[in-house]
This record gives sequence, C-alpha cells and structure tokens, in this order.
Amino acid sequence: MTAFQPTITPLQLTRRQRHDRRLKRRSLVVSCISVLLVALILVLLVPKAPGWEAVKSSFFNWDILVKTFPKLLSAFVVDLKIFFWSAPLIFILSLAIALARNTRRPALFPLRLFGAVYTDVLRGVPVILLVYLIGFGIPGLGLPRPYNSPYIWGTVALVLGYSAYVAEVFRAGIESVHSSQSAAARSLGLSESDTMRYVVLPQAIRRQVPALMNFVIALLKDVALLSFIGPIEILRQANVYKSLMANFTPYVGAAIIFLCVTIPVTRYADYLLARQRNERTT
Amino acid sequence: MSVKLKLKSVSKSFSGTTVIDNFSLDVATGEMVCLIGASGSGKSTLLRCINLLEPIDNGEIWLDDFDIAEPSLDPDPIRRRIGLVFQSFNLFPHLTVMDNVTLAPRKVLGKGKLQAQAQAMELLERFGLSDKARAYPDHLSGGQQQRVAIVRTLAMQPELLLLDEITSALDPELVGEVLDVVRALKASRMTMLLATHEMAFAREVADRVCFLDEGRLIETAPPSALFTAPQEQRTREFLSRVL
Repeated sequence: MTAFQPTITPLQLTRRQRHDRRLKRRSLVVSCISVLLVALILVLLVPKAPGWEAVKSSFFNWDILVKTFPKLLSAFVVDLKIFFWSAPLIFILSLAIALARNTRRPALFPLRLFGAVYTDVLRGVPVILLVYLIGFGIPGLGLPRPYNSPYIWGTVALVLGYSAYVAEVFRAGIESVHSSQSAAARSLGLSESDTMRYVVLPQAIRRQVPALMNFVIALLKDVALLSFIGPIEILRQANVYKSLMANFTPYVGAAIIFLCVTIPVTRYADYLLARQRNERTT
Repeated sequence: MSVKLKLKSVSKSFSGTTVIDNFSLDVATGEMVCLIGASGSGKSTLLRCINLLEPIDNGEIWLDDFDIAEPSLDPDPIRRRIGLVFQSFNLFPHLTVMDNVTLAPRKVLGKGKLQAQAQAMELLERFGLSDKARAYPDHLSGGQQQRVAIVRTLAMQPELLLLDEITSALDPELVGEVLDVVRALKASRMTMLLATHEMAFAREVADRVCFLDEGRLIETAPPSALFTAPQEQRTREFLSRVL
C-alpha cells in the first residue's frame, strides 16, 4: 500500500510558488548589489570631492560634537518642558473652539462667530510672527517680574497659533461622526450636550488621533521658535556654541537630538494611520 | 381600550417634496400596528416624526393627552417615553454593550451605575445576550447588534416602541432571532408601531396593518382582511408584487 502514496515534501511547490520564489530571490540580489554599489561610490568619492575637508570640519567635527552634546541635551529638556505644558493647553483650547464653532444656539452665536474669526485669523498668520508679536510685545508693555517671562508669552503664542489648526482637526472629527449616531442618542432622550459629550466627541477624538499626532510632531519642532525671544533652549544653545566655536557642528548635534524624538513619533503616527485605514477597509 | 398615539392630519415635506401627506392614525395601548409599503412611501419618515427627530409641517401628534408636535415643547422628555429602533442599529461603537444600554438610563433618568447595570443585565438575560455585556458592538453579529439596540431602547422603559425596518440590514439567517424579540414584546403587550418589509411577519403578529403609498395612508385593516381581501387597487398592486 505504501508504494502508492505520493511523496509530499514541504519543498514540493506549485508552479506559481516556484516562479514567485525565483522572482523574489532575484530582486533581493539585485537590490543588495545596487545598495552596495551606491555605498561604495559615496565612501570612495565623497572624501575625494574638493572642499570635503572643509565641510567635514565645519559640520561634522567629532571633537566639537562630543564637547557640546551634553549641554545641547540639557537645553533640549527646556524644549520638552515647553512642549509638555503647551500640548494640554492646546488640546483644551482647540476643543473649546471646535465646540464653539459647532454650536447652533442663537444665544451662543457670538461664540460661534468668535470661533470662526479665531481660526481664520490665526491660521492665516505665521507662528513665528505670533511668537515675536506676543513674546516681545506683551513683556514690552512693562509687566512686573514673573509675568514678563518669555516662557509664559512664548507658550501663549504657541498655544494660540496651534489651537487654530487643532480646532479644525476636532471640527472635522465631529463632522465625520455620522448623524445616525446623534439621532440614536437623541431618540433615547439624551440632550444635545450629553449627545456631544458621550457619543459624538469620544468617537471624533479617537478618529483624529493620527492627525493629532502630526501636530504633536510639528509642535515638538516649533518649540525651537521660542529661541528667538529668549529661552535658552536647544536651538539657542546651539547658536551660542556656533558663535563661540565658529563651527556648525552644534547645529548638526541639535538636529540629531530632534530626530531621535521626532522619527519614532512620526513612525508611530504612520502606524496609527495605517491601522485606521485597515480598520476602515476590513 | 385607550388611545396611546393619535396622528391627526400629519404632513411633512423635504424641500418641496411631500413625504407624509395628511396622515391620520390611532394606535391603542398594547396594540401592534405594522406599516407596509414600497421604499420611499414614508414609513421611516413617519416614525422619525413621531419620535420628534423630524419636525412636522402640519397636523398633530397626540401621545396620551398631549400634543407632542407643539413646536414650543422641549423634545427631550418626550423622546424618552418613545423608543426608536433603527434599521442600521446605530449602536455606539466606542462603548461596550453594557455601556450602550446604561448610558441613557444613567444620564437621562439619573439612575445610579449599579442600578442601571442590574436593570440592563436583566434585559440582556431576557434576550439571551448576557454573555455579550462586555463586548463591543463590532464583535457582534448583525442579529446580536439589533437585539442589543432593542434592549438599549427598552432600558428607557418606553411607553411606545417604534421599529424602523429592523431586519432589513440583516442577513436572512439572522432575521429570525430579531423577530423572536418582537414576538416576545408583543406577548408583553408593548405598544408598537413597526415599519417592515417582512409581510409574513406582519401577517403573523400585527393587530392591524397599514398600507402607505406616497406618504398617504391608503388602507388599514387587520392582517387577515388586508392580505386576503384588500379594498384598494394600489394595495392589491403592491401585494401582488411582494407576495
């Protein structure tokens, strides 16, 4: 009996599988070779380029990098602090603006109008302009000691500028929740505000998490705008070193520090977006 | 028997198109009335109007001895007395079954969490859903979702239940379990107004069947009469197409 049994091994593949494997192997080999080739050319040719030595000592000076990096890192903590107290304020203010723009009650019309004007005006102005205007302007009014801090007014500028954008994200989220959800809530007797609070908003915010992540990344970088109005944060620290050492390596150091934070966050945002797309299609 | 719901010459149009046309109907307490008619005949709009989700243009809607169509009334306290179950379930996807069912009793009726949950559990058990209490809606079958949607409405202890083509979005093999729930509600003498395409079901459970065409009530009669001896030409045409 055993003689008639076909011998099936895992290696016995269909025509299609054999073909696909061959293609896959070939493309792997080709891409490896081309990467090696390009890397070789770069390593061999770039140092030979005229002026490479100048570029290297000006931008990629190892000694300067080692010397300045710890101070840059501790200055970056200032950026993180500003980020961490700005982000919740932006979340709250932008949510308030989005809700104000969404209101339909006539008594609240001024609020609705204010929300519309606010988002239009503040989205139409460069954030750096707000930072200058508020960060220099308001302390310049002659406020007493603790209240003229550029940390306070720089934060205010960031919060005002970012809230206009984030409010639009929330508003889009609210509008993306299908009207049948509010109909279901209202039919159960829930009031308009309870419907918003317990049914629409939770879904709207969840849906907009990937979009919000992009603003998290942008804010992380834009905290450096405050360097123009005083706080010794990472960009200003790098600037100080650049002037002191007549070398641009501290800027590269600062860039490396930013990338260490922003790349993982960006990847995470992309992952969230991809997951959301999958949820919608399946 | 007392009249629970009384529609008097209700009219409704959307941007010039008449959807409900001079519609009058009485529903007695404990009665089950089925609305039949082609898609677009106004069945769903009528139910949404009764629930005050759509304001009517003209006419009166009396619930017990109140005209609830009075535009100056606050609709929220009225809506909690009238349950509406939708064709597309409309469960809240971000909440568990239990939270879907207890949200309105807690926020609208002001019940405590434990009390609301105990009451919800009782209802879920009654309809064979107690093991799903902690599940999210997208992990349930369509039939289970619709049963949860019915339970969610019942948790408000409505005096009148409106069912809007509740089996139309379901796979055929899931229709039965939902209709069983309606049979059970009928047995408990719930006052119901049900828009449906399930003619056999309407024939089986309805106390009275209404045939709608172009927003008008063409004919109303007990199912035995309406299905076997329709009086109107349009009713006969409709029935010959669907039966």
